[in-house]
Amino acid sequence: MAKRQLKDLLSRRAMLVLTAVPGVFVFLMLFGLYGKSRSILAVRSFGELLLGSSWHPLKGEFGLYPFLIGTFWVTFAAMILAVPISLLCAIYLSEYAPRRVREIIKPVVDLLSGIPSVVFGVWGVLMIVPLVAKIAPLFGKYSSGYSVLAGAIVLAIMVFPTIIHVSLEVFASVPQSLRDASLSLGATKWETVKHVVLRKGLAGMLASVVLGFSRAFGETMAVLMVVGNIPMIPKSPFDSAYPLPALLANNYGEMMSIPLYDGALMLAALVLLLIVLIFNVIARIVLIRAERKAE
Amino acid sequence: MGFRRRKAEETLFKALMIGSTVIVAGSFLLIIGTIVVKGFPALDLAMITQTPKGGYYLGKEGGILNAIVGSLELAGGATLLALILSLPIVLYINVYSRRKSRLAVITRFALDVLWGIPSIVYGAFGFILMMMVGLRTSLLAGIITVALLELPIMARAMDEVVRLVPHSLRDASASLGATKLETAFHVIVRQCLPGIITAILIAFGRGIGDAASVLFTAGFSDRIPWNLFEPAATLPLAIFFQLGTPYPEVQARAYASAAILTIIILAVSLLSRWFSRKFRKNTIH
Repeated sequence: MAKRQLKDLLSRRAMLVLTAVPGVFVFLMLFGLYGKSRSILAVRSFGELLLGSSWHPLKGEFGLYPFLIGTFWVTFAAMILAVPISLLCAIYLSEYAPRRVREIIKPVVDLLSGIPSVVFGVWGVLMIVPLVAKIAPLFGKYSSGYSVLAGAIVLAIMVFPTIIHVSLEVFASVPQSLRDASLSLGATKWETVKHVVLRKGLAGMLASVVLGFSRAFGETMAVLMVVGNIPMIPKSPFDSAYPLPALLANNYGEMMSIPLYDGALMLAALVLLLIVLIFNVIARIVLIRAERKAE
Repeated sequence: MGFRRRKAEETLFKALMIGSTVIVAGSFLLIIGTIVVKGFPALDLAMITQTPKGGYYLGKEGGILNAIVGSLELAGGATLLALILSLPIVLYINVYSRRKSRLAVITRFALDVLWGIPSIVYGAFGFILMMMVGLRTSLLAGIITVALLELPIMARAMDEVVRLVPHSLRDASASLGATKLETAFHVIVRQCLPGIITAILIAFGRGIGDAASVLFTAGFSDRIPWNLFEPAATLPLAIFFQLGTPYPEVQARAYASAAILTIIILAVSLLSRWFSRKFRKNTIH
């Protein structure tokens, strides 16, 4: 008897320690990356690094601005494509679709989220890059195809599942009785969706978009393969860009051989982590609040 | 507003919704279709049974067995490690802590936030860990990094199932004199086993497909890794490197490798769906 209780007590303590891991881990990551970027922060100011636009590691110039702008460009363009399509798809699946359609589409969305980013990248190179190169002249522009637009299209498809999944949960938490009340007052189905479901789910929908945004923001391989990787500030969607994650992925190999280079790249990772963390924390708090209100 | 106009608006939006749904489902089919059409013609037995011979990346013979085995070892090891970490966490927040306790809320929140961190950041962090303990790029370093990446995915997927176990079941177990530990492993784990397996498979799928986290940590090698301290090739990176060569024959092999990876991922996804369907039938309600 005592032995069983002892076992229970010991494993309880051990499990409590493990449970602290996820919470502590977020801070470990922040401190670890900060610790490694201190070498460069000691000689350059944070603002100078963030807003400098000259990237010449051999000359000791580490301006991250073109990469930050590149990331924002690709991510915003992807969200312009992804948000309306994902939200309309989620509303359809939640409110309109017949059960059989829903049972087919939902697994497809899950499968889509499981496709590895490198496969998205290969597909982008095979299909989207040539497509962009072909349509650019229609807008009076030349493009190799490796462009912001190609990155945005591939990224948009990659974030469909995130936005659809989260907003489906948000719509499901809107009580059926509210819909019934609206319909019984003579509202059409769409009016009910517009005035009841979307209004009730607004905060949650925004959170789903923010989560999609932060997912897109940090996506590396697929974007890296189609976006061109030229450190410039793109002027049109047909220009190449060089997002921050791609910078990390492309240069990890040589970062130990040039002074301050490793510090600059770890700072880039830290900036990426901070931006994504802020977006994620806000979105999650909004979702938890919305869930509480629904109960 | 007249009724016809109200109806017209409804029709318009319904059309937009259906169109959007077609785009979402269509892009999945388009991606799979393209990979199959481009990948299958370049696929041959040598690719999955041989390691790269000299000059493989210039178009000479060989295969990517090193990357297939490397990926399976890496994702397998990482998934095992993630399971050892996440199962106790999930059981603790559901069995030991009170319902809606602050610890459970904070842990779920932290897991959700971790889930959102990009894999390249995991890679950079894994690299820092490696340097701290003096480890080189190796299978072990890759396993640890990918395990950390998989942890939030696996733990949240398990939590979704474990939190649904009816309280009456735990109470019944407690009333028979079982300790919480016994309840956790004999009642809850058994009750949720198919769901737990689903969570493991989802995490495995995520682990085997990720490239950005192993780029820094696992290294790359033409040999099949036989111990934890050797560098390990992985399928996503093999695809990436083959595609990066200027030779069309090698690029075609990248498509074939992408087809192999996609088949593995789809098989794992379908298997996990099968388990979760089975789960619905087997639980006590």
